[in-house]
Amino acid sequence: MSALIEEDYITEEGEFVINIGPQHPSTHGVLHIKAWLDGETIKKVQPHLGYIHRSIEKMSESLSYRNFIFVTSRMDYISAHINNEACALAVEKGLQIEAPPRAQVIRILMAELTRLASHQLWWGATGLDLGAITPFFHAFREREAIITIMENTCGARLTQNYMVPGGVMYDLHPDFQKETKAIVKQVKEKLGEYEDLLTGNVIFEQRTKGVGYISKEDAISYGCSGPTARASGVSCDVRKWFPYDGYDKVVFDEVLDTGGDCYARYMVRMREMVQCCDIIDQLIDNIPEGDFQAKTKNVIKLPKGEFYQRVETARGELGVYLVSDGAASPYRIKYRSPNFSNLSALEHMAVGGKIGDLVAIMATLDLVIPDIDR
Amino acid sequence: MTNEELKQRFTELLPGAIYDETGEFLNVIINSEVLLPFVKELRNNDTLSFDYLFCLTCVDWKDHLMMVYHLLSKDHKHTVVVKAKITDITNPEIESVSSIWKTANFHEREVYDLFGVKFLNHPDLRRIFLDEDWPGHPLRKNYVDENMIEI
Repeated sequence: MSALIEEDYITEEGEFVINIGPQHPSTHGVLHIKAWLDGETIKKVQPHLGYIHRSIEKMSESLSYRNFIFVTSRMDYISAHINNEACALAVEKGLQIEAPPRAQVIRILMAELTRLASHQLWWGATGLDLGAITPFFHAFREREAIITIMENTCGARLTQNYMVPGGVMYDLHPDFQKETKAIVKQVKEKLGEYEDLLTGNVIFEQRTKGVGYISKEDAISYGCSGPTARASGVSCDVRKWFPYDGYDKVVFDEVLDTGGDCYARYMVRMREMVQCCDIIDQLIDNIPEGDFQAKTKNVIKLPKGEFYQRVETARGELGVYLVSDGAASPYRIKYRSPNFSNLSALEHMAVGGKIGDLVAIMATLDLVIPDIDR
Repeated sequence: MTNEELKQRFTELLPGAIYDETGEFLNVIINSEVLLPFVKELRNNDTLSFDYLFCLTCVDWKDHLMMVYHLLSKDHKHTVVVKAKITDITNPEIESVSSIWKTANFHEREVYDLFGVKFLNHPDLRRIFLDEDWPGHPLRKNYVDENMIEI
């Protein structure tokens, strides 16, 4: 943050320095990017972080194994469900228990609905960043319906806090199946409309094709994951590699592209929305009867040891590294957040491009700043 | 490769390594001085090729600091956790691995910021979240702040 008080905004080589953010709409939050420019060409990019750093890892060290899960809703707040799922699974791994079948299916359904809602928000915001305002309203029409389903079942729209060690907190809302079927049908119909609005648009294609390229080797080296890495041809879907909560029983494709540019990242997410709908379709009529929560003790204590759990959020691989010393709260907890690693590739993608491309790159990286800062 | 085969290879590379298989992954515990040549071999050897560093962090065990590197090979689909022990807790130092995995650049800056571990030969070692003049390193167990409250 000390960068703000530097005085040399024109360097000796004739480059000038501009600060984008922390309150710029295209950074989707409080991300501050310092860019060195030669004319319009980017020479160097430096993200300055920490504006929303709350030290969630430190906080978790003094919370119980039941409570620390809910703090993670505030990391990637658009994938709050999936964050909670990762923590619940990590605790379950320590307790050596598994959620009952009904809870597992509910978890998958909720996670895929979250992913759908997240990708819709991203799609609307990407259009907005690149100068098209209409997609935003279309995306929010469907997203609002999904958020309402969440509200009916979990009682909250964004930070749902629905996952607990051993299952989910309470059973599904009676109208859940009916409403979910309706929204999935609607999304499938409207996806064609989405494509018509943005995908084939000449201005959109020119702003994204060949922009922000990253090769397969670099994507792996930078630790990219999720749609960002899959657009460069890196197979990294945690749901396929290390299945959890019964994802191995569900039929779906890992969406891969080889373009490596903004357009490829866009297409991967568009095709992932179809996969989300397919997964929900397979499960919505087959929710097993039974308990929605396994029995656990009131005060959870994990045995001494280390537990690592990764899940696929809407943005990539979230890892929870939990170190236990046998007490009632974690000794150390580390969140390997997808956005943090994806952001580290930003400079590699942006250098050599134009300043306008930076906005396209940030939009297709789908950055959520509280997840970077934690 | 299975864990047994991996262990055999690691012993050839580094005879003094200690193994821990109680958890989910194979853990290799080494001294911080030998870290860089060891992980360089892990990355560049074709039969090992650990190309994906998916988690890099540090744990404060009060009498020592433990750097933890989670490594995955995309080609061979095997995982290993390399742990490097830093015994000097007042002035902790370790070689940077950012020349091997580019993602380490940001992750090491985070560890430097929150644990105070100094990474030698790091290209851009600055605090990543907190101000440069922030006193102390919050994730260390002996960190005190007058504004901290008990939850």
